[in-house]
Amino acid sequence: MSAIEVSDLRKQYGDTQAVDGVSFHVRKGEVYALLGENGAGKSTIVEILEGHRKATSGAIEVLGVDPSTAGREFRDRIGIVLQSSGVESEFTVREVIELYGGCYRTRRGVDELVNMVGLEEKVDSRVGTLSGGQRRRVDLALGIVGKPELLFLDEPTTGFDPSARRKSWDLIEQLGNDGATVMLTTHYLDEAERLADRVGVLSRGQLIAEGTPEELIREMSGTVVSFMLPDSVEAVDAASTFGPVLGVDIRVSGRLVEATVEHSASAVNRLTGWALDAGVELDSLSVSRPSLEDVYLSLTEQADGDLQ
Amino acid sequence: MNSFPTTVKLVTTQTRYQLVTFRRIPVAVFFTLGLPLVMLVLFNALFGNSTIETPEGSWSSKQFYTGGLAAFTAVSATYTNLANMVPIRRDEGVLKRWRGTPLPTWMYVSGFILSAVVIAFIGVTLMLTLGVFAYDLEIDLAKMPAAFVTFFIGVGCFAALGMALASLVKSASSAAAAANATILPLAFVSNVFIQIDDPPQWVEIVGNIFPLKPFVEAFQDCFTPFVEAPAFNWSSLAFITAWGILGLVVALRKFTWEPSGSAPRGRRARRAAANS
Repeated sequence: MSAIEVSDLRKQYGDTQAVDGVSFHVRKGEVYALLGENGAGKSTIVEILEGHRKATSGAIEVLGVDPSTAGREFRDRIGIVLQSSGVESEFTVREVIELYGGCYRTRRGVDELVNMVGLEEKVDSRVGTLSGGQRRRVDLALGIVGKPELLFLDEPTTGFDPSARRKSWDLIEQLGNDGATVMLTTHYLDEAERLADRVGVLSRGQLIAEGTPEELIREMSGTVVSFMLPDSVEAVDAASTFGPVLGVDIRVSGRLVEATVEHSASAVNRLTGWALDAGVELDSLSVSRPSLEDVYLSLTEQADGDLQ
Repeated sequence: MNSFPTTVKLVTTQTRYQLVTFRRIPVAVFFTLGLPLVMLVLFNALFGNSTIETPEGSWSSKQFYTGGLAAFTAVSATYTNLANMVPIRRDEGVLKRWRGTPLPTWMYVSGFILSAVVIAFIGVTLMLTLGVFAYDLEIDLAKMPAAFVTFFIGVGCFAALGMALASLVKSASSAAAAANATILPLAFVSNVFIQIDDPPQWVEIVGNIFPLKPFVEAFQDCFTPFVEAPAFNWSSLAFITAWGILGLVVALRKFTWEPSGSAPRGRRARRAAANS
């Protein structure tokens, strides 16, 4: 049984096609992540599924109903953590939890909730005095206060420090284990890899790939070779130096050089040969299977290439 | 499955929540409740010893100021207050969050409006109490039913107009400006601050087109010595009600949950779409 069923969803703003024929489904109890760069259409899709926006066309069913006409019963069964919704800054964390929680048929208590999101020490502080990351945790708390069957998380950990991020992941995982369906959007690949049962990759309003993180990684052939750029090579010369050596295009971010190669043994052999000849060390040289990030980059590059 | 909390409970909670919000925003408390009291004290200190001549008879300006400023307080607690607060909540994304909860829209909006009515009631009571003790205001019990009815019709109308303005104006900063730019000049031609003897015709027309002057006059009638009980001014009340209905229609048709920046809309967006 599906929690979300979307077929040929389209959304147009003026002459901009924000969502261009997207179809997917999310099973009950599944954690599904929509991946994509800013402007890919993630938030638009999520807001249509929540009933905030109307689709231009397409068939949408969420928890068995059409969200654009669904009422109170529907909103009682879902939880929403949006990027752009505020909280009353004049109230304390306890007060907003009680206020919002009071609208649902079943709700979590204040103590349980602040414990879940890690705001025990801030429970009696006004929301206006909290840091950005703490406010995001209030968002999360208000999203799950009504014990939702289906939780929408639109970039839930943006602005978190690493430890708050881990904690939120644990929480989302826990909610998933307890049987809630989670629809997540993110542009953190490690987040999707860690949390999602299945991932949909969105680019320019279209779904360009879908599958479990494992499947997506397996589909991508090749191995990732990475190392730190030696001091003797300028960053601008990296591509012209190592491209021919490895026989493929390379990616440079900061001093990190990465390339996805088909035959890792021969590529590494050529690379180390070059290093010996040049008399330099290749720091942090590693050979690894692609991560979801590599898959994502190659997919979106491909999509961009197709477009041009 | 549990059932939803009762409507009475939800609306009460929402009203209380808006009242607590109001109390925690000092600037709102000052401008809504404090400033009219300051004006009352100042006006009386400066002009309180004169008398106002009307066709019905002469009248102490102390009594005039109390009734007029009490009505004005009711208007700033509803019209100005809602036109300020609702767009602020919209800009903050708070309205959007509420829309995602099971709370029905009308209950959320009721909380705003009922809290504004309570604030108006507190403001008017404060003003009249000060009037009775300090400025010779006479309370005639026989005219109090008319005072109550006029108050409730007036705050209903101005709450609806405040919601209408909040719906029409896109951002919080321009909504605050629009609320003050509409109500303050109008107050001058509506016998709130000054009783104009023999005004220029256009001033009189402007005063009579909008609902503020009829409301102020109908409310003042309930405290004027030479208006006989029961002091219901039915034609003014009907006029105010008509404005209230207009406000309600606009508010219901134009209400938006989201800040204007979140999706292109309006004249410019349509033109851009047509050009492409």
